[in-house]
Amino acid sequence: MKSIPINTDNPPTVILELIYRLKVKEVMSSSLFTAEKTTSLRTIQKLMRRESITGVPIVQGKRILGIVSMDDIIQALDHGHIEEPAENFMSRNLIVLEDDMPISFAISYFDKYSYHRFPVLNKKQELVGMITPRDIASRLLLEFNREIDSIERISSHDSVVGIKETRVRKFTVRKHDFENAGYASTEIKKYLKSMNYESALIRKASIASYELEINLAVHSAGGEMIAEFTENKLVITAKDSGPGIPDIEKALTEGFSTANSWIRTLGFGAGMGLPNVQRVADDFSITSDLDTGTTVTAAIYLK
Amino acid sequence: MKSNILSKTLHYTQIYVPDQEIEISSGYTSDLLSDVMGNAQENCALITIQGHKNTVAVASLIGIRTIILCNNRKAPEEMIAAAKEHAIALYSTADTQFTASWKLAHLLEHNGELKRNI
Repeated sequence: MKSIPINTDNPPTVILELIYRLKVKEVMSSSLFTAEKTTSLRTIQKLMRRESITGVPIVQGKRILGIVSMDDIIQALDHGHIEEPAENFMSRNLIVLEDDMPISFAISYFDKYSYHRFPVLNKKQELVGMITPRDIASRLLLEFNREIDSIERISSHDSVVGIKETRVRKFTVRKHDFENAGYASTEIKKYLKSMNYESALIRKASIASYELEINLAVHSAGGEMIAEFTENKLVITAKDSGPGIPDIEKALTEGFSTANSWIRTLGFGAGMGLPNVQRVADDFSITSDLDTGTTVTAAIYLK
Repeated sequence: MKSNILSKTLHYTQIYVPDQEIEISSGYTSDLLSDVMGNAQENCALITIQGHKNTVAVASLIGIRTIILCNNRKAPEEMIAAAKEHAIALYSTADTQFTASWKLAHLLEHNGELKRNI
């Protein structure tokens, strides 16, 4: 039986994009209920009941030693060792996930192994959460809702001739995805062209959108581009989820760049991205927070 | 000046040429895409060693239709595919960017005619 009926090899693009973009750490539950190896199975049983959970990781400090599952508890009740310490009966053959993995890994692990949950470790091998098929399913549903919402917004406005009302398009930009970076800007340009705007305006819009899109791919953990077209102006918003800009003043200075050397070999990192956007935009704003990320808004007046 | 001068007069290799008569009105030499984006003029020939499909993307966005790859840099398949998609001419040459730049400047100045041996 498949735990999560999603084909991870060749799903539709939206799904593929989603299961690679979402990381295990964003989906897992990080409020952990743990026990120590000397804890009795009885105590663990009560913990399970109280917290409505079906598996308890046994830890020493932040290191995971094993897991006691509901099944182990049933066995213990059956065989009369419910008062014994966890270490004698916990499962030690652990299969773990890393918090930085995309959830596509988690989905295929649930398909491959019969476990109902996987412990999640960080790079330091510390236990940071647990993930269940339910965590994944509910998060995916949430994301699907969002996708459908934006698809509906796009298609409901596609039939509009001329920009009579706001037309919104959203694009997801993934970290270091230079294969697809440029797609949003090309779409924005195509649309303006189809509306017969003069080429100087299209050029300004192209510069602003391309630079913002590349910034997301180069510097952010991933984010989205939102283009809102109205009769008189185009508002481009580039929003990411981090890591934030420590010194905005510097980022707006021509020639200043934090791009690493392999990104520079691709021709990026001239330190002119944001200055270019600022130069062509009629309105420009940037806010950045080291916890929540950066939002840049650039408006181009279309008249 | 028309783009076919690059193959006819300068003997630059045609990697992909959608049209022999693309207008070239100036040149811009750079490997930094944001720099190109911010400063290059429409209808210029871009002289670069940046053999990557992103170069084509930038060119297309700002109306550059001719790219000259210097120092015998190879154009990867995706770059050629992108050039086809956006109808952008790709040339390559063993010339350095400096040499290609002054040759192009010379031709532009003399309306496509060679006034000296190059």
